[in-house]
Amino acid sequence: MKILIVGGGTGGTILANNLARRLTNELKSGKARITMLSASDKHMYQPGLLYLAMGKMTPDELYRDQASLLEPGIQFHVDPVEEFMLDKNQVKTKSGKTHNYDIMVIATGSRMFPEGIPGMVEAAETFYTEETALKMFKRLQSFEGGKVVITVGVPHKCPMAPLEITFMLNDYFKDRGIADKVQLHYTYPIGRVHALENVAKWAAPEMDKLGITYDTFFNIKEVDATNKILRSEEGVEIKYDLLITIPAHKGMEVIEKNGLGQNGWIPTNRTKLNVEGRDNVFTLGDTTNIPISKAGSTAHFEADTLGENIAAMVKIGMPVREYDGKVFCFIEVGKDRATYAMFDYKNPPDPKAPTKAVHWFKLAYNKLYWISARGLL
Amino acid sequence: MAERKIVDGRGSFCPGPLMELIVALKSSQVGDELEVLSTDKGSVNDIPEWINKVGHEYIATTEADGVWHIMMRKAK
Ligand SMILES: Cc1cc2nc3c(=O)[nH]c(=O)nc-3n(C[C@H](O)[C@H](O)[C@H](O)COP(=O)(O)OP(=O)(O)OC[C@H]3O[C@@H](n4cnc5c(N)ncnc54)[C@H](O)[C@@H]3O)c2cc1C
Repeated sequence: MKILIVGGGTGGTILANNLARRLTNELKSGKARITMLSASDKHMYQPGLLYLAMGKMTPDELYRDQASLLEPGIQFHVDPVEEFMLDKNQVKTKSGKTHNYDIMVIATGSRMFPEGIPGMVEAAETFYTEETALKMFKRLQSFEGGKVVITVGVPHKCPMAPLEITFMLNDYFKDRGIADKVQLHYTYPIGRVHALENVAKWAAPEMDKLGITYDTFFNIKEVDATNKILRSEEGVEIKYDLLITIPAHKGMEVIEKNGLGQNGWIPTNRTKLNVEGRDNVFTLGDTTNIPISKAGSTAHFEADTLGENIAAMVKIGMPVREYDGKVFCFIEVGKDRATYAMFDYKNPPDPKAPTKAVHWFKLAYNKLYWISARGLL
Repeated sequence: MAERKIVDGRGSFCPGPLMELIVALKSSQVGDELEVLSTDKGSVNDIPEWINKVGHEYIATTEADGVWHIMMRKAK
């Protein structure tokens, strides 16, 4: 059985390692083969970008060699897929090679797309890539005061990022001793300050207490970079001195180009995780169109399900369990407190008051991630 | 030609059905009808409120087996 995993990020890596462990004997005997095709020989811990933008991590701390994270027995190639030929059970890569598969998993992730909003690329700082996070940190360091506006496009990965960056910025300006010269203004697309109702319930009073102002029902339409004005779909205008954005995202271009899903989001069965209409092609992580958080933890729990199911398909010819929509997210509330939210398709989250202990746990997780990617946590 | 699209936001606590609608509208044409499915009762108020605020056309809401169906038309 040839198993092909396309994408060596959070979801693809956890799945490959999970499968390699479940199929040790089958890999040895040649009954199964696991191949991973990815676009990079490096693996980035993306949540670290938030800390990079705040000067609390450096770029070297974000990366590991991808090959070092993989179980022996996984055949890893840096050779991105350019063509998906689902009817032939084949893919074609950038180097021109063709790979056949019996089962394929697509885990190519998502990317920010600030280009979708006129004026955004020129006007705003963001932190969703190494380059932009570093640029944002430099800009922050030279900022001496004024109105800082945070905007949020949808969909985006990491649903907690808008609140986290806002509370972290508040502490950052306090630490620099210029908090009295800075007005932080937060905006959010729906009628409260966060998608999760209970998170919004404590975050709004927290913002009130810190003097952070906010506009809800604010969906950015365009940025007038010359006059430093934002305009929303709802008809509201806001002036800014420094604009920070969590841009809307798309799936990878290769997905859309191959007709696998509009804007790069692949229609996916929400419990079986197969690509709609295909029994031997699965997907996980950011690139699915499932209406849940695009987060590393989502990719992780989906990978656990697929690991069990694909191993069972090799061993007994059928999958054994369903994905229940589980997501777990840490929420940093400034520089020294954090909380978390856990939920699934049926059970809403009920985050508790932030504590220092959860913050320290999140900092520990920033290191533990590498064990998690190896499929050991 | 105007289309009719289903936006399946069932079981979505985060980002939630309204966010799913906002995303779906970006790739829709003026005149398209969108039907949001939601298992979150809050959507019954949130979604029409947002539709009216932005200036799209709210059509109707119905409920069947614990799923709310909220119909709207993209107007701009
Ligand atoms: C600033 C920031 C903060 C975040 N914070 C958190 C957090 O606190 N908690 C949390 O749970 N999540 C967080 N996330 C989100 C998390 O990082 C992503 O949701 C997660 O990485 C998604 O996993 P994935 O496997 O779907 O995609 P990725 O991890 O992005 O991996 C995609 C992989 O596909 C490869 N690829 C791309 N194109 C091709 C191709 N054509 N062929 C082959 N391979 C290809 C890439 O090289 C990459 O290896 C954060 C993200 C950011 C940016």
